[in-house]
Amino acid sequence: MPVTTMAGRPIQVNDEGFLTDADEWDEALGAELAAAIGITLTDEHWKAIRFLREDFAEQGETATLRRVSTRGEIPVKRLFELFPQKPTKKMAYVAGLPKPRGCV
Amino acid sequence: MTTTAPTDTANAIVPDFDSPERTGRKLAIICSKGNLDMAYPALILANAALGEGVETHLFFTFWGFDMITKSTMADLKFTIIGNTATHMPQGLGGLPGMTAMATSKMKKTIAALDVPDVPEFLEQIVASGGHLWACRMSADMNHLTEADLYDEVEAIISATDFIEKTDGAQLLFI
Repeated sequence: MPVTTMAGRPIQVNDEGFLTDADEWDEALGAELAAAIGITLTDEHWKAIRFLREDFAEQGETATLRRVSTRGEIPVKRLFELFPQKPTKKMAYVAGLPKPRGCV
Repeated sequence: MTTTAPTDTANAIVPDFDSPERTGRKLAIICSKGNLDMAYPALILANAALGEGVETHLFFTFWGFDMITKSTMADLKFTIIGNTATHMPQGLGGLPGMTAMATSKMKKTIAALDVPDVPEFLEQIVASGGHLWACRMSADMNHLTEADLYDEVEAIISATDFIEKTDGAQLLFI
């Protein structure tokens, strides 16, 4: 697996650039990952990211878009505005998590 | 520490989410069936495409009209009759109450996966930027108007209109 440098330290990623060890993540790194894909994080973005992190810690897998909207209480439409085009993947990336496994 | 992992500071590995060559894809899905089990493939694929940033249009025609008709959309049914994939004796399907039972079982199975029911699924698809279109001929055949249809349906249009709107799209017929 490749290693890349983010937030001034080596980070283990897969070929696409997603973190392979969720424990290497912290919020400073999250902000840098977001910047790398052209997103400046606001409180609303953080609400989604923190939900994803907490849910992953409990469930052991990345929440789908529907789960972020229903359990994380952010409307789907808003998630598409916050993380344009590919909200599910972009949220997972910024949160230092793998892409979700689920379909919906 | 005697060894350190090689790092590439100049070129961080970042996913390529928005490159121009990955945008501009369009998907057209024709929904022609009104059985519960045949509604889901279209909904799941539409939702997946939208999540990948693909412009997605759904055209509801013939029995697929039931998916967007207010009076039927929450009440699509699943039957084992004529569906050998259920691996149940076909004769059972004709017994009173079997369709209701099969439908209820399928709805529970779907809900257990945290997958929404048809109306809520359509709502999510629209919230994700998907477009819903109703077939003119089906509306005329069933004497239905826009007032009878799910509010988020954009318009009742002809097949020709739909083909025009989805110029260059990949197309799925379900």
